[in-house]
Amino acid sequence: MIIGLAHYLAVAAILFTIGVFGIFVNRKNIIVILMSVELILLAVNINFVAFSSYLHNVIGQIFAMFILTVAAAEAAVGLAILVTFFRNRGDIAVDDASVMKG
Amino acid sequence: MALQAIAFYLMSAVTIAAGLGVVSARNPVHSVLLLILAFFSAAGLFVLMGAEFLAMLLIVVYVGAVAVLFLFVVMMLDVDFTALRQGFVRYMPLGAAVAGVLAFEMISVSAVIANQGQAAGSTGPMASTAGVANTETIGRVLYTDYVYFFQAAGLVLLVAMIGAIVLTLRHKPGVKRQVIADQVARTPATGMRVVSVNPGEGIQE
Repeated sequence: MIIGLAHYLAVAAILFTIGVFGIFVNRKNIIVILMSVELILLAVNINFVAFSSYLHNVIGQIFAMFILTVAAAEAAVGLAILVTFFRNRGDIAVDDASVMKG
Repeated sequence: MALQAIAFYLMSAVTIAAGLGVVSARNPVHSVLLLILAFFSAAGLFVLMGAEFLAMLLIVVYVGAVAVLFLFVVMMLDVDFTALRQGFVRYMPLGAAVAGVLAFEMISVSAVIANQGQAAGSTGPMASTAGVANTETIGRVLYTDYVYFFQAAGLVLLVAMIGAIVLTLRHKPGVKRQVIADQVARTPATGMRVVSVNPGEGIQE
């Protein structure tokens, strides 16, 4: 039984879908939303590495590395904003986040 | 080959199950721990594809840094997480419908493109050129053709670090700090004053 490119792409697609589903059902919990975004980025990385590996071209892995960097930066800044929001309001319900405008 | 297939199915099943757990766990701490499990098994998939360097990077960066950051924040914030879960059941049917359609579309598209063009003639996973390790292959390309992008990634991290510090740094009122500029700008005129004191009264500000 040979594991082909389509197998990895299917896993990545399912993981991406789970991330989207997580954003849908956890509309109020911004921590889980951030984790769902991380799952989506992981799915994208799996796609990049699978194509890179099966097409014998290393550039996909380099791009996956940059995605990893940006995902780490995004998590750090997102959690910093979350902590600041919690300090100011004492709660992290995203429904009230519209007060941040302006 | 059979061993490889078993490893693939095992690790992809664990990844997907952990991903489902992340979005549906009641306790956010469990969510973070399942996220770590998902990243770990995804790193296993990377190893299976021959991308060892990225697998190790995934473990170091995600498990070592990002997941621990999440864990810190979840434990630090004193939030009633049960209140945040309301609406879960309400959005579930719509979310499941959208997710199902999305998964069907993406899997069908990937099944088509995996058997077309250059991918159809692929001889199997190979993440590096013959005789050169995966890490060395990445290094040879990253530090030559992509060196500016590499520097730009460093800049992104620097900006994110400064941004996170600026956002969370808090000056508590009532804490005395040394302000060098004020000390340097101090002159004899602002630093002293001549007071005439009446006998027996002392000085009052």
